[in-house]
Amino acid sequence: MLWEWSYALEVLPPLLRAAAITVEATLLSFAIAASLGLALAVLRMLGPMFAWPLSIFIEFVRSTPLLIQMFFLYFVLPQFGVTLDGLTVGVLTIGVHYATFCAEVYRTGLENIPRGQWEAAVALNLGVFTTFKDVILPQAIPPVVPALGNYLIGIFKATPLLSVVAVLELMGTAKILGSESYRYVEPITLVGLFFLIMSLVSATAIRAVERMLNRRTVG
Amino acid sequence: MGARSIIGMLVGAIGLLAWFSTLERFRAFMPVLLHGAETTLRITAIASVLAFAFAIIAALARLYGLLPIRWLARVYIEMFRGTSLLVQLFWLYFVLPEFGMSLAPFTVAVLALSLNTGAYGAEVVRAAIEAVPSGQWEASTAVNMTRTQALRRIILPQALILMIPPWGNLFIELLKATALVSLITIPDLTFRALELNSITLKTIDIFTLVLLIYLTISLMLTIIMRGLEGAASRGLARGRVH
Repeated sequence: MLWEWSYALEVLPPLLRAAAITVEATLLSFAIAASLGLALAVLRMLGPMFAWPLSIFIEFVRSTPLLIQMFFLYFVLPQFGVTLDGLTVGVLTIGVHYATFCAEVYRTGLENIPRGQWEAAVALNLGVFTTFKDVILPQAIPPVVPALGNYLIGIFKATPLLSVVAVLELMGTAKILGSESYRYVEPITLVGLFFLIMSLVSATAIRAVERMLNRRTVG
Repeated sequence: MGARSIIGMLVGAIGLLAWFSTLERFRAFMPVLLHGAETTLRITAIASVLAFAFAIIAALARLYGLLPIRWLARVYIEMFRGTSLLVQLFWLYFVLPEFGMSLAPFTVAVLALSLNTGAYGAEVVRAAIEAVPSGQWEASTAVNMTRTQALRRIILPQALILMIPPWGNLFIELLKATALVSLITIPDLTFRALELNSITLKTIDIFTLVLLIYLTISLMLTIIMRGLEGAASRGLARGRVH
């Protein structure tokens, strides 16, 4: 028998515990990506002094593999005296990597704000900070929430990479369980199923949010 | 980024690489890393072609197949888009042999990458086909074409032009994803870097070179795809008729 239910049930509890770490890492990385991405997008609009270096940084991070970036930080940071555990380094790397993608998402949102809004803010003598906080961002962010949600799923699917910096998330745990018993079928298949279910559920949730947001802007 | 900035960045990256390879500090690493980059390029090239084929087949099956085939295509697309590439890679590498299918690591790598990208690509292809104006279908019917003829001669050629930019993004994602195959012992660029790193411990030097090499390949891919986009849309009747 290829699939043994007894073994599958045996590995389920440790896998579920590891799933909690996967979810935790996903949410932390997304928090970094969403906030840093917004900062990058807004800073980029504040003039060519920021725009140039930031564009190069964003293009560079987007064009190189996440895995290499993770190894780089994991091995290099200690040489500068910064010793962080694998989870912190991993979450930081994923967060920064996806922040560059989120920055592009925010940019489309920001570019879709009619010129009149900016002009009105100037006419009312609002400062740059107030203009962004009270006028521009409240209009720019809601339309791009679904696109951000897609990157939340993207981040979720990137978390197995954490296993290479010694974080015992789902994939890492499954590999260890497999190597202990020489049975990889059940653990890895269960991990795949978990990802599939979570992705499908999140995709449905994002579509629901999208519908909700559309209703609000239309009505 | 604009085409000019991309070219500027590419020149900068190649310049840096050329300069580094003259320095004593980096010289020894270059041949090993370039050898790995060759494997990375080969895997990217093969997987790109296969991914494109999978995407076209899956999209057509999903749009025009019989009900069971349509259903099968949906399962394929959802399954590979819904799970992580690393999980798919490990599944093919560790689990498939237990079903009596032992594939070489290289085959597993190419298969996982192309199936994964193909699933994302299928949605791109579908969107592009659906974006061709329905008048094109009607006109094809009016000149007495069958549906297959219309699809092959009228719809797909137009859809192909529309799907070039998103495919550019997918190919870059694919290139970046090839770094994962180092985890199933394929001696690609990442694998060579990790190997060198564990021998020499010159982490900063090695990984700086590796990042620059990946950057160079990515930017080249971007420029090629932009060029293709420009070439494909030349002579296309858009806007005002003269």
